[in-house]
Amino acid sequence: MSIFGFKISPSSAINLSELDTRRWDELCRKAPDARRCMACGSCSATCPAAQFSGMSLRKVLLDLQRGREKEAYRMMSNCMLCGKCLMVCPRGINTRELILKISQIYKEEDR
Amino acid sequence: MREITALGYSHFILPFMAGMTFVLGYCIISMVKVFIEITPADRRKFLLSLVNPRIMLKNIRDIFADCLLHVKLWKRNKLLGFMHSSIAFGWFMIILIGHIEVFIYTPDRVNRMWYPIFFRYFVAVADETMRGSLFFFLMDFFLLMILIGIILAMVKRVRSLMFGMRRTTRNTLLDTIAMLALWAIFPLRLLAEGFTADISGGSFLTKSLNSVLHNFISNAEINADPTWWAYSIALGVFMFLLPFTRYMHIPAEIMLIPMRNAGLKIRHARKGFSRLQVYSCPSCGVCIDACPMSVTKAHTKDATVYLNRQIKRRNGKRIEEISDKCLLCGKCSALCPVGVQGDKLRIAQRSVRKYGLEPHYDNIQLPSAAMSGEGEKVLYFAGCMSSVTPSIGKSLTAILEKAGVNYEQMDKDGGLCCGRPMWTAGRFNAAREMIARNKDIIEKSGADTLLVSCPICYRIFVERYRLENIRVVHHTVFIEELLRQGRISIGADKKKYVFHDPCELGRGTGIYEQPRQVLRIAGELVEARKSGQQSICCGGSLGSLSLDFNRRKPIINSSIENLTAMSPDTIVTACPLCLNTFSRYSTTPVKDIAQVVADKL
Repeated sequence: MSIFGFKISPSSAINLSELDTRRWDELCRKAPDARRCMACGSCSATCPAAQFSGMSLRKVLLDLQRGREKEAYRMMSNCMLCGKCLMVCPRGINTRELILKISQIYKEEDR
Repeated sequence: MREITALGYSHFILPFMAGMTFVLGYCIISMVKVFIEITPADRRKFLLSLVNPRIMLKNIRDIFADCLLHVKLWKRNKLLGFMHSSIAFGWFMIILIGHIEVFIYTPDRVNRMWYPIFFRYFVAVADETMRGSLFFFLMDFFLLMILIGIILAMVKRVRSLMFGMRRTTRNTLLDTIAMLALWAIFPLRLLAEGFTADISGGSFLTKSLNSVLHNFISNAEINADPTWWAYSIALGVFMFLLPFTRYMHIPAEIMLIPMRNAGLKIRHARKGFSRLQVYSCPSCGVCIDACPMSVTKAHTKDATVYLNRQIKRRNGKRIEEISDKCLLCGKCSALCPVGVQGDKLRIAQRSVRKYGLEPHYDNIQLPSAAMSGEGEKVLYFAGCMSSVTPSIGKSLTAILEKAGVNYEQMDKDGGLCCGRPMWTAGRFNAAREMIARNKDIIEKSGADTLLVSCPICYRIFVERYRLENIRVVHHTVFIEELLRQGRISIGADKKKYVFHDPCELGRGTGIYEQPRQVLRIAGELVEARKSGQQSICCGGSLGSLSLDFNRRKPIINSSIENLTAMSPDTIVTACPLCLNTFSRYSTTPVKDIAQVVADKL
């Protein structure tokens, strides 16, 4: 129990040269919208699943890109496909297609 | 009538008989296949419905009205209806009268399948057949009817607009060959009967043709046999091609109607009832004009008729593309003359897809919604859309306060989605999980009414929740009731209102009249160019999985243009999604019906 001071958390540094980007590349090929996100966070603000699993499509995209799939899966697990993100996205990204494509390409087991 | 051949047989019947045997065998095998593919429960339901006198009567009536008279097409366009019913009904009558003739004049040949078809070849008119002149006349009359129908069909190929169709289906090669064979059958029959009318007898058409032929062609008799051959070959070609072309809808529809009346639903993407629906598609192309996506020419190939064609071809890539793009507005299903459920068929195609990540909701803690007090207890489910269009919820709660309704909002601090978007994406298990969670809260709340302000939620609450003793009501209906009971009152103004029927509310659950009634009280109600069952989707539908903003824009604009045809002051809708979509592009103010009423309180 640390009442005062600093906690040592594991390093969150990502070695980009060791990153397996095959699935991310596949996603970008099948849903080019993945690269169009400008990380404004509108989707995160309106997402009804955000209060349950911290779902934020912005973060999901970022995590997938950086090889932090586990975190992305956890966030996505409560997505209800309700389409709020689709309605507010200023870039006109088809967010639901993106989520479905992620769910198709990535698999829970091989993380 | 007396027979002129000893055996009642001639070689020319062979092409017809071969085709007939093939098509009958094919249809029986397909019927058995469909029957095996449906679930045992459905099979029992179907068999029971066949002995139920009420459904039996409905079956007969529907088969007569839909397959022979094409009542739905008559309602759509008189010329289109006439074209179809003259060919279908005329052909049916010719076959029927042919059988009657065989029964009366040559009863010992009844077991010969080709006799009613080629009757005129095998008999000669005799003195005692005066009463046969009635049949002669009827045969010629119906043949004329079919010929007119075929001429109209030819005209339709070049001028479909005359028949109320802007776009028609592009035929496949086989379709074209079968169509030409079909067109050839009846002129050839006329010619064949014309050559033999002096022997077999005939009426105004065949008899006159006979005298013309005999006057202009020397040795006309020798042409008789070749034309009968040609007639038989045309029939044979048509029947051989029938199972592989659009004409498969003729036998398939006869099975589809009893199955539909038995209450069967699509349970598998390709098998059973969906297979039957796919083969019942006549490729008429009514769905192409109906589809809101058809405003862009690139999307005309995504109409239900092409989905059916691709399912027949098992073209997985295109099936996925077409079924993902669809807005699921349900207009093609509503207008389809055969009753192919394009929207449900697409959801079924989506449901077979495999996903590596499955959502689950068991980690979510939801607050309960306990209701207190006596009398009516209304639980209000605003739906997740209310976070994007909060004005609807605010207006509706203002109305409820004013009317003194005892209500409680279920998802004040957010909640689970109703499950409809997940359901339409074909992920039934995840949707069922949400349904179960929500159902639990609703049933434990003790409410007697569930008020919903979103048609998307409303539809799934009605269709899938099976709430015991709880009335599910959409806010348009609820407001109309409050007004009717005098619990709230609003004054009329001079503004013109047009009501946009949201797909899920109108075609989805059949609510058309109540919102209009409210608007009639609020001001002047004008109608859009296409409204009610034919209303055009707003374009923002969550039904579509792959349609992006740029491709939605033309749909949204065409929908707005349709609504503003009578230059209304306000576009009124009853769906938060339509409201959101329209507000983005419309120059006319867009309001939800709750806002219109709340502003006048």
